[in-house]
Amino acid sequence: MEKRSKAFKSMDMLYLAMIILPVVCAVALKVLTQPPSDGIEITGALIYFVIDMPIQKLYITEAQINSWLVLISLFGLCLFLTHGLDVRNTTYRQRVAEWIVEKTESLVKDNMGEYFKGFAPFIGAIMALSAFSSLLSLFGLFPPTSDLNIVAGWAIVVFILITYYKMKCGPLNYLKSFCEPVALLAPINVVSEIATPISMSFRHYGNILSGTVISTLLAAGLTGLSQFVLGWIPVIGDLALLRIGLPAILSIYFDVFSGCLQAFIFAMLTMVYVSGGFDMDLYFRKHPEKADDYEEYIGDYGDYSETYEDYIDSY
Amino acid sequence: MLELALGIILGCCALGAGMAMIAGIGPGIGEGSAVASACEAIGRQPESKGQVTSTMLMGCAIAETTGLYALVIAILLLFVAPKILVGVLLAAL
Repeated sequence: MEKRSKAFKSMDMLYLAMIILPVVCAVALKVLTQPPSDGIEITGALIYFVIDMPIQKLYITEAQINSWLVLISLFGLCLFLTHGLDVRNTTYRQRVAEWIVEKTESLVKDNMGEYFKGFAPFIGAIMALSAFSSLLSLFGLFPPTSDLNIVAGWAIVVFILITYYKMKCGPLNYLKSFCEPVALLAPINVVSEIATPISMSFRHYGNILSGTVISTLLAAGLTGLSQFVLGWIPVIGDLALLRIGLPAILSIYFDVFSGCLQAFIFAMLTMVYVSGGFDMDLYFRKHPEKADDYEEYIGDYGDYSETYEDYIDSY
Repeated sequence: MLELALGIILGCCALGAGMAMIAGIGPGIGEGSAVASACEAIGRQPESKGQVTSTMLMGCAIAETTGLYALVIAILLLFVAPKILVGVLLAAL
């Protein structure tokens, strides 16, 4: 591999700084603004400052600031991974970027079908944002996903998408879909429609929050236990030695596993709801010209699958 | 008298939180049976392990939802409701 130029390397450093600096900023903000507290307590997001707005005061909280910092950090990561793309001399980071893109596209294609191929960037973005927001708790910061406001915002975006794809066959069809199977059930259908974003946001936020609460309770309990058991030793008694180790094992489950799983599930449910809300047959019956475009659009893929079957048969 | 009223508020909040978490039984049974079926499926067809595992995790997470609703209610009752209710009581006095 040829030597990289100096400008390339300096851009690399800039992108790396863009990834790391937001996290450092968040830690500094947390250290500077954390009110002194005795012992362990469970609180919501800190309010950094308040903006006076006409209808209601706008509270800028820790959760919002942290989620903006995660956005900047992710943007830096994307720029870093896609810096210096090349057809021949593929670098390690290019292979990582290609792997991420390919995996996301195949996931979207498997779960949503060929028509929704363009959804891959959105699904990838929502998954990465959710996963990295939850992983922020590894740095001791407030994870934005354990605030209902942040997750409810994402769920509302998804709800708008679902409604848009349901409306695509015409508003009358959308209204008629509430009267299925009989008109008597319309109120229940409306409730289940509204329950979609609520259950999506509560599932995500409840999982992350429960991890935080259980970790805090365990830390408090272990402090008490070590004071009870080791309290009679002069110096070691004040150190809460039993808090070393056990919370880390729980943190692997609650912070890493649960955070990544919830990100995956949020993206999965988005895909299922959006593609399930769209009645493709009806849409193509109403707009035949769109159906022709669509057949052209997936034409290459159809040919490919046929040749693949021939390939399999030849064995 | 005020002490009694405060005690009733705090005690009922704690009791309510505890009772809300009875809902944890449902997801526990549901996830257990989901995992049992997944184990059976993997035992029958070990080559489909990856797909069965990811489907099982997905199903478990959705079955967990009702438990999480109860958890949110319990957390609200423990950390949010007492302050608001005591505030209402003091304002009424």
